[in-house]
Amino acid sequence: MPVLCSSCAEKRAVLKRPKTGHSLCKECFFWAFEEEVHQTIVAAKLFKPGETVGIAASGGKDSTVLAHVMKVLNERYSYGLELMLLSVDEGITGYRDDSLETVKRNQQQYELPLKIVSYEELYGWTMDAIVKQVGLKNNCTFCGVFRRQALDRGAIMLKVDKICTGHNADDVAETVLMNVLRGDIARLRRCTAISTASEGEGVVPRCKPLKYAYEKEIVLYAYFKKLDYFSTECIYSPNAYRGYARTFLKDLESVRPSSIMDIIHSGENLSVREGVKMPVQGTCNRCGYISSQALCKSCVLLEGLNRGLPKLGIGKHHRLHDKILSQQPLTEKEERKLKSVDF
Amino acid sequence: MCQVDEDYQDGLERAEVPSVSKKCVKCKEASAAVVIRAGDTYCRGCFKEYFIHKFRAMLGKNRIIFPGEKVLLAVSGGPSSCSMLSQVQEGLSQNAHKKLRFLPGIVYIDEGGAVGQSVEERQRTVAELQAVFKATGFPFHMVPLEEVLDLPSSVVVMAPSPSEPPASAYKAAVDHFIQSDSSGCLTPQYQEQTLLPEVQESRTQVLQQLIGSAKTLTARQDLLNTLRQHLLVHTARTKGYSKLMLGDNCTRLAVKLLTSLSLGRGAQLAQDTGFSDSRYGDIILVRPMRDYSAKEIAYYNYMFNVTSVFIPSLDTKTTDKASIQRLTESFVTKLQADFPSTVSTIYRTSEKLQTACRSSCTADHPDRCLLCMCALDTAVENASAFQATLTSEQLSQSKSLGATRTEIPRQIRAPVEQCCSSGGGEDCGRAETGGDCCSSAKEPETIDLKSLLCYSCQLTIKDMASVEHLPQYILSEAQKRQRRYQMREEISEFLLDDGDEGD
Ligand SMILES: [Zn+2]
Ligand SMILES: [Zn+2]
Ligand SMILES: [Zn+2]
Ligand SMILES: [Zn+2]
Ligand SMILES: [Zn+2]
Repeated sequence: MPVLCSSCAEKRAVLKRPKTGHSLCKECFFWAFEEEVHQTIVAAKLFKPGETVGIAASGGKDSTVLAHVMKVLNERYSYGLELMLLSVDEGITGYRDDSLETVKRNQQQYELPLKIVSYEELYGWTMDAIVKQVGLKNNCTFCGVFRRQALDRGAIMLKVDKICTGHNADDVAETVLMNVLRGDIARLRRCTAISTASEGEGVVPRCKPLKYAYEKEIVLYAYFKKLDYFSTECIYSPNAYRGYARTFLKDLESVRPSSIMDIIHSGENLSVREGVKMPVQGTCNRCGYISSQALCKSCVLLEGLNRGLPKLGIGKHHRLHDKILSQQPLTEKEERKLKSVDF
Repeated sequence: MCQVDEDYQDGLERAEVPSVSKKCVKCKEASAAVVIRAGDTYCRGCFKEYFIHKFRAMLGKNRIIFPGEKVLLAVSGGPSSCSMLSQVQEGLSQNAHKKLRFLPGIVYIDEGGAVGQSVEERQRTVAELQAVFKATGFPFHMVPLEEVLDLPSSVVVMAPSPSEPPASAYKAAVDHFIQSDSSGCLTPQYQEQTLLPEVQESRTQVLQQLIGSAKTLTARQDLLNTLRQHLLVHTARTKGYSKLMLGDNCTRLAVKLLTSLSLGRGAQLAQDTGFSDSRYGDIILVRPMRDYSAKEIAYYNYMFNVTSVFIPSLDTKTTDKASIQRLTESFVTKLQADFPSTVSTIYRTSEKLQTACRSSCTADHPDRCLLCMCALDTAVENASAFQATLTSEQLSQSKSLGATRTEIPRQIRAPVEQCCSSGGGEDCGRAETGGDCCSSAKEPETIDLKSLLCYSCQLTIKDMASVEHLPQYILSEAQKRQRRYQMREEISEFLLDDGDEGD
């Protein structure tokens, strides 16, 4: 027996919304999904007319759907935004080749300008070259730190006012859980923010228009819209405790589907005791990026790579930052400690 | 998308194989009997001292229980609360300087009716615990959960808290107490108590109907917790206690924190897991066991013969995914086995959270949740998860419906007069007629329960097939509040200060 769409009550429903449990037809689902993103954008005042917005595009489902929806809404509601796709080429053989091809096709399909910035042009190192030096075990540190800054550096190069990323509700809830498991109160407080203001000259404001969109609905949207995306899982080892948080979240969702939103609600309403020490956010002395240390993570990592001391950026070696900044030579003992890497 | 957008580089600490050192780290003489953490090995004597000291230190640090104050210990029969009881006994037998100086009493809530135990099983458990309680010499109260059905509405109204004494008052009170310490005034008067008061079978049925009206185990457990807490607070109030001690240990609280977080109780986390909790106003909930891990307690109970009793709960013999509470417990337990710092890390998080609620509490009389008594966290703010959920529901429903209202409120028809089900004890035949048993009473009022509840309690109510089985004290308070809100709305244009209720 066909189920009728609970919204239009006319067409046959083709899916059950993971978020609300309602049965909807294709058109009503598209409408609801897009409308929700629109409401989020309006309610959180994410953009201003005339802004140039870079959509962080990886070729994966989140960013593909984000690019599509942003394009649709910008036209439907005359946001007056200048949209462009912004991609990062880490220089990983075989990994980015396919996803970058996807992004290039997206560019044509959505008629959005695309800019690809490569690690090589930003840092002078490809990920492949980094892996050669630091080994597989630690590369995700580099991958994450460099990627975060690559978007900023690329955005500044292209005079982009804002970056929007494809983080969805699952990502946000997962991060809340992870920060509780790690006892990271500072990040716990920040991680549910839908946008970050510019925090220094090296940083471009960011926002997450898909913050309240369920991952499953993003897949459904991409599936029914027949969007072209590339399933990217970072081929290098995934982060251990994010894995635990993710599995737990998926289990919670299966017990009570609203769990994802419930956790975000929790995160949005947490209040931190006064007097709890928060790390002071400063800026990197070398590149101006936000950093709680004299040197930002990526400058330390780069320094380590360039000096052939890969461990410099992996462990905690804050004491050495001043030395590096003032170009002092390291002692033999320090050098020895930083050189060896377990493969 | 690669998920490493942020520089999380330091991994969790993996479990280490403990290096077994033979000697006690404390006295360095006696041979070790327990390993608390890797490297922390204690002999029997030092372990006991450490354990007892921790309890005193926790109470001393927080200075919230005054000498001579009546404190009610909520003992469930489990290892943690039984250990708490033995710590209080221990503390009262110490020499003058280390002595605990409050007057303890015990309460046990028998939930057998809710979890489907037979009358015989319930009586057996009660008898077992009664023997333990009698041996302490403390006054004790055995209360069947069925009594929750007859609570007064005042339970869900925040009582005015006694004016906070200045910090110096604590020291003065202690000094005064030490001087006048005649051990006589501390020896609790022996009270003859009967077994569990007779519970009518029909009352048990009503309770079961209430619990059963929640369709998910998650909601059933949440509901049971709420009812239990109401009954505990009521018992404390009527028996003249001003503090209620709960036996939650560190492991339990870590699970509770993660559970609360997953149930949307972010705003209430600090109250749910903190050392003290003043949501009821006059009765302060205290958690003196929060520094102990479940493992430490198990060691202590085993070594020093602390008796505990197995009490079945709603999720006994269920699978991991039976409820959010159950799932979270097994998640934390498994993670703790791999990463021994899990529980203490989550616990540390709880210590950094604010006890007082945010903006909404600035008013003298903030609106509080009808069920959990926490400040409401449902102000619809722009760009919030709550708002987004309402939007999603609205957009997924028939346009004609969705356009006019955000959601269909869960409406109930609550009888104005006492429902017959709480009076006569006979089933009024609701099932046969399928109607409202009290429909013959006055014109029933419609209550939009949702607007009176916090985000999380709304989730629980949403999982209930019907709210008409909720106890009368909740329903009549709901009606009362509803009327007040309506009144406030009517006169809102004349009110100068938003949110001032006048009483
Ligand atoms: Zn439809
Ligand atoms: Zn990676
Ligand atoms: Zn830098
Ligand atoms: Zn010893
Ligand atoms: Zn509540």
